[in-house]
This record gives sequence, C-alpha cells and structure tokens, in this order.
Amino acid sequence: MVVGHHAVKGKFELLQRPARAQFVRKGTGKRAKHLAARQQTGDPRQKRHLDGHPPPLAMGRENAVDDAALLRPRGPDGRLLAPGERGEIVVKGDLVMGGYHENADASAAALKDGWLHTGDVGYRDEDGYLYVVDRLKDLVISGGFNISPSEIEQVLLGHPAIADGRCNVALITLAGKPRSAGQRTGTERRHMPVDRPNAAWEAAYGWTVATLYGNLAKRHMHQYGTTSEQLAWIKVAASVHAQHNPLALLPKAVTVDDVLTSPMVADPLHRLDCCVITDGGGTLVLTRPEIAKSLHRPWVRVLGCGETVKTSGGGYADMLRTGAAQSGANAFRQAGVRPQDIQYASIYDDFTIMVLLQLEDLGFCEKSQGGRFVEDGGLIAGQGRLAWNTDGGGLCNNHPANRGGITKAIEAVRQLRGEAAAPLQVPNCSLALAAGPGGVHGLGHSHATVIMERV
Amino acid sequence: MSLMNADAVAADLTTDPYVAAFPETAPFWEASRKGMLVLPWCEDCGRCHWHPRSFCPLCGASRLVWRTSSGRGQLYSFSVDRKSAEPIVVAYVVLEEGPMLMTNIVGTASAALKIGVAVQVRFRAAPEGRMAPVFELCRMLPSN
Repeated sequence: MVVGHHAVKGKFELLQRPARAQFVRKGTGKRAKHLAARQQTGDPRQKRHLDGHPPPLAMGRENAVDDAALLRPRGPDGRLLAPGERGEIVVKGDLVMGGYHENADASAAALKDGWLHTGDVGYRDEDGYLYVVDRLKDLVISGGFNISPSEIEQVLLGHPAIADGRCNVALITLAGKPRSAGQRTGTERRHMPVDRPNAAWEAAYGWTVATLYGNLAKRHMHQYGTTSEQLAWIKVAASVHAQHNPLALLPKAVTVDDVLTSPMVADPLHRLDCCVITDGGGTLVLTRPEIAKSLHRPWVRVLGCGETVKTSGGGYADMLRTGAAQSGANAFRQAGVRPQDIQYASIYDDFTIMVLLQLEDLGFCEKSQGGRFVEDGGLIAGQGRLAWNTDGGGLCNNHPANRGGITKAIEAVRQLRGEAAAPLQVPNCSLALAAGPGGVHGLGHSHATVIMERV
Repeated sequence: MSLMNADAVAADLTTDPYVAAFPETAPFWEASRKGMLVLPWCEDCGRCHWHPRSFCPLCGASRLVWRTSSGRGQLYSFSVDRKSAEPIVVAYVVLEEGPMLMTNIVGTASAALKIGVAVQVRFRAAPEGRMAPVFELCRMLPSN
C-alpha cells in the first residue's frame, strides 16, 4: 500500500510503475518527507487472523535494515503493543514527514514523541507482518500535491500493479485548499519556470487558464458554429444536478440566460462557464478481487483504461482535439464496449468548452456535434442524452486542489453502487466512465479515461 | 525593413533568463532584436516547427537551419482577458510557413478582430528583455 499524504510542495511520484518493484518513495536528496508503508511484493501471504475476521492480507513488515519507516501498533497509553494486540499504527523513520506545511497545529496533533500517528488501527503478528483493520479518523487533511497527470491516471498505475500481484491495496488520494488560499486559479497570470522548454515562447503573453480555454471555445464556434447558448446548457445541467447535493458550493439551478448574462471572464467564456474553486479532497482504494469480495460492499471493477499526453505537435497539433481522443480510444478498446453502452459519465469540467470537446473526442458524438449533443438539457440525468456529473461537477460542486480526477471517479463509483442522489441515479447503472486531463489544454496536457462496471 | 517597436529598447540578451536557459535558441533572439522573425527548418524532412527545438520534433533529425520568415500569418483564434487591468488579447496565429504559435494581438481593438484575418509580426520587449513576436493586423503600406 502506498500512502500518499505529505506536507511539502513539489512533484511526487505517488505510485511507481509496476516495472520497478519498490512502492516506497525514497528521499532523493530533495529533503522530501512523506509517510510510506512498505509494500509486501510478490508473496501474498495469507496469515492467521484474529476475531474471525476475513484474513486481511498483510501490509508488509517493518525492516530496520534500510531507511523505511518503522510501523508499530501503539496502545492509548502510548505503549508499543505485542503481537496480536490492536492499536493505532504509528510510524517513525527517515521517510516519515517532518510536519504539515505551515500548519503547526496539525503537525503537533499528528507527530508525538517522534512518532507519526496515522489514524489507522492494526496489529502485527509474530513475524512482524502488519495488518490494517480500521481507521480512527475519517479524513486525513493533507497539504496537497503537485502532480501533473490527473488522479484518474493513478488508477491506471495502481491497476496493473494489482493485476500483476505486486500490490494488494493501492490508495490514491487528493486534497488541497486553493479556496482558503485565495487562489484565483483560472484568471491569474502564472509564472513559467525558465527551464521549461516552452517558457521563453509563451511567458511573455500574459495568458491565463481562462484565456487559453477561451481560445478553444472561440475556435470551436468559428469552425463548427457552436454557440454560447449551447455551452451554457452544460452549466445548466450541472446546476440541476447540484440541487441534490448538500455539499455543492453552488446548489442553485441556473438558466441559459443566467450564464449568458454573467460577466465575461475571457471571451467567449462567461463566469458561469468556469468551474468553482474549493477546498477538499477524496480517495480511491484499489484492491485485489478477493479482498473486494470479502468486504461485502457493491464491487466496482475497472474494465478498461487509457492515458496519453498531448503536445503541441511541433506547432501542427489540432487544438480542438484533446487527449481524450487517444485515452478514450484506449479505454474503450480495452473494455470492449462502445460509447453508446456507457450509462453514466463523469467528464472533467473546468470550463464548459472542455466538456464539449471531451464528449466529441470520447465518441459520444461526432467532432463538431458537441453543441447539439448538450443543448436542451442533453446532459441532465433522466431526461437527456447522457447522465453526466450528477454530483454537480466542477462547474457547481467542487474542484479541490484545482483538480477533478478523483471527484469524477468517485461519482462514477457511486452511480455504479446505486448510491447517487436518488432523483439522479441511473437505473441499474452497471457501466460508467470517468475522464479528465492534467495540465492546461493549449500548453500541452495529459489525459486519462477509465471505464468501470458493477460486478 | 525593421519592424521593431520604437518604444522598446531591448536589454542585453545575456540577462534574459529565458534566453540563457536554452543557448541553442540564441539566434532566434538575436534576429528578433533586429526586427526579424526566423524559424527553424529541418533539412531532412523540409518542414519548420514551433517552438524552436534543437532537433526536429516532426521527424527526429538534427540538421536544422534558421531561415527568415515572411512574418505573416492568419489569426487562428483569440480571447480577451477581461479580468486584467488592461484587456489583453491572447491569441494563436498560424504562420504562412505552417506552424501555429501563441502570441498577443496588438494595435487593434479586440472588437475589430475576426478569426482568419491576416496579421503580421512585430516585436515587443518582454519584461526580461528579449524581443518577443507579437502580431498586428496587416496594413496596406503607404506608397512613396
């Protein structure tokens, strides 16, 4: 299991590729600190279990020889427990984080006497293998990541590792607080580091994320006749869905007119064409089928996935074709299904135009027909052409840490489990898709698509 | 004919960190300082590309030469930043020679812009000093 919450800014590889056996991120001299759990590789040992629980697979064994973390269950009195005794797992070692970034309170709460308290409950056996059986706290607040690809891509990285037997449980996490930080994500000018090969050629032009997407929208309108009204229908659908989500930032339904009369942000995108900025987070847990079956919950299986990187193609790339064209094609081919088979789709929505482009590129409609697909309530669950972002999406619900891969996957899992808001639940939902980019379209982006089924 | 913006004086190129980071691009910035747009051409596949690289991203070869561009292109798309203090036009231009680049459109109110119009390059000093290509609407030249 790879645990991915840590406290410093910087890029991390959350999951190593299966070709490399290690799943623990070693400090690379950048003084990056994070919580790591040693993954038991190659040998899925079934150990004796306690209290008649179904045998959880051992997480791993602490190894005092290298610089991996020591993991021990600890009792409430602070005593390190004997084999078989349950307690909160605490961690100490070179790879353990030094603290939460600029959050002394959280750091003090988590780090006591040099041990990091994980909030996980477990026990170890006589051989030193560690088992996680419970959680003390619901959510671990993290300082946030700076990962380029979408979190959906992490599903891909974890997935073959599990299939290959090198990983039993993979944890994919996201958290961040751009709203509290007052970040103006879509409209601020970004500094481009000088060592980026494209920086010299783009840094001087005062671009913002919104103006780049504005370029896409204006071109799509010119080339295919797409209208602002059609784009507005995407926001309308998200808002209709958000009414049923008590956690949504914007839970009020809006009309096409509301979108068109909202202030222009970056022509032709109005404010309501743009997603919200929120604090928040989410987690996906991937596991082996045997473990999934033992959990007595509806089981959602990854059927197919795809990922790609889309560059500017030496100056010749078609800007109106996103990476979804490639990642979607890969996912559908692997899953052996077609777009018309999909009953629910979570499609990343930072801006209305990006939803439209992905609908075309994923094959839900032909390129150029996106406007017709979404207009007149095309994306409203229960009445449109495709049930989409029934949590309200980035346009109305959330956009934690300025990302949306995890949230898209979570809502798809909910639909497949029959746990979406009742008025928006797709009846007998058994095939769903989640898709989204990483980076900023127009400057180069990655894209990932995952197709899931209810077993 | 010099297309240099008379108001802007280019700083010494060695102090612009974006130029210093990729020394192989120096010829581009030396040319732009003189009001010329040059493009990298591949002697193997015969195409030019953008942004300039030390190898051809289209075919992988490394026999590249710099050639002067006509400086003309077509407006591919644009968007006006309404949230900035002064409305700036972030745009993409497709050059006559083929590739597309990100730029600003200057010298014209955004309401007068339309996708597809002919534009021509001029140069504007970036904050760090290099003379960056920007584009304005093609004008008829006055006859003498």
